[in-house]
Amino acid sequence: MFSIIRTMWLTFLHAFHKRETVQYPEQKNKLTTRWRGRIVLTKDPDMGERCVGCYLCAAACPVDCISLQATEDEHGRRYPEFFRINFSRCIFCGYCEEACPTYAIQLIPDFEMGEYNRQNLVYEKKDLLIDGPGKYPGYNYYNVAGIAIGGKGKGEAQNEEVPVDVKSLLP
Amino acid sequence: MSTPFHPMLIIAGVLGGVLLVAPGLIWVERRLLALWQDRYGPNRAGPFGLFVVLADTIKLFFKEDWIPPFADKFVFVLAPAIVVMTVLLSFVIIPFTPGFIVWDVNIGILFFLAMSSMGAYSIILGGWASNNKYALLGAMRGAAQMISYEVFMGLSMMGVVLHAGSFNLQTIVEAQKDIWYVVPQFVGFMIFFIAGIAETHRLPFDIPEAESELIAGFHSEYSGMKFGMFFVGEYMGITLISAMITCLYFGGWLGPGFLPPIVWFAIKTFTFIGIFILLRASLPRPRYDQLMEYGWKILLPITIVNLMVTAGILLWMEN
Repeated sequence: MFSIIRTMWLTFLHAFHKRETVQYPEQKNKLTTRWRGRIVLTKDPDMGERCVGCYLCAAACPVDCISLQATEDEHGRRYPEFFRINFSRCIFCGYCEEACPTYAIQLIPDFEMGEYNRQNLVYEKKDLLIDGPGKYPGYNYYNVAGIAIGGKGKGEAQNEEVPVDVKSLLP
Repeated sequence: MSTPFHPMLIIAGVLGGVLLVAPGLIWVERRLLALWQDRYGPNRAGPFGLFVVLADTIKLFFKEDWIPPFADKFVFVLAPAIVVMTVLLSFVIIPFTPGFIVWDVNIGILFFLAMSSMGAYSIILGGWASNNKYALLGAMRGAAQMISYEVFMGLSMMGVVLHAGSFNLQTIVEAQKDIWYVVPQFVGFMIFFIAGIAETHRLPFDIPEAESELIAGFHSEYSGMKFGMFFVGEYMGITLISAMITCLYFGGWLGPGFLPPIVWFAIKTFTFIGIFILLRASLPRPRYDQLMEYGWKILLPITIVNLMVTAGILLWMEN
């Protein structure tokens, strides 16, 4: 009997406690920079697409929501012909971001993607691509990769030496 | 006792008041529960979220009103009407202010007891007609609970009747001019309160509709406005028990003169409604056999002892 009254009293005291509710549309929780939300495709500092169409994100995706087709431009630079993410399937696990070798695909702290039409949740490349480097400001994949593309030959990348011609005997 | 009000006015006032308060309690309950759980509760629609009542009502009206093909149709429809009918009829004998009473009858309390016993029928019939094992289990529990708690609900009120010497609620309230009956009849008050919770099958005694065990108990199969009737009936039951407690133990409309009697009555009634909701917010549901044991082995003896002691003291004081 005493414990019942004590319980009721303690419950009553909760009337004067701080509210736990976050009044969502007006107040918003602070999302940290690592928050896994909407997926974007980022660009190099010199505005070239980072994505090289390696399909690793699509392979890593546990729900198979990423679909893309790689192609190559006249400079030998690979890029996705289309890049499609079905956000009605996406579970925001972030595996694609971890799999990406070029830091192209990134999850950003934004979750307000509500749509009335389910088809609108399928994001095409134009919806995904942003004009910026995202979380890795200075990173330029082709400047650190050894592959030769138009305007950059073998050995011209950063921290790279011109390759040795093994066929020549000259020192 | 003659009344200064026109009878039709009284009926309209009581009916309108009760039917306004009952859905209003949806909002009150949700806000209060939220208050005690560190939340806000409904606060979007209208001022303080008051329009949630409207939204809920409209939702209930437009929901599919489905009668299961395996149900006994006639009884299935009848059951929710009974609960509302009996509770509304019970309000007939509640004196809200001096003279503002629909039926000033000398068997007031007996009428109340009769009507609340009739309320058990709605649960039994509803559960039986649903032709569903959970509904039937809920109905059986409800029937057992209401019958066993009614026994000492009636007995606990007899202490007040002994003091006042009348079954008429108006006389009882007026007899409390000097001292509220909660002082001499504190045990009776506690027992009546507990029995009242069981009678309206509110938490912690909501065993007939225990969600975690029986889905929704006797009204599992009900939807739409038929469910709404059970719902409203329950809220009206809370109001009724609160009003009865106010009349029997807390001096009804009596209070310092700076507020009109109806305001005192409303304040007291709503305090008890608040306590009902606080009980829901704080206490877990007992096991079914615990509930029965508690009723028959503890509360019933206490009630009888209380009644005998009250009668003895009153007789001793008379001599």
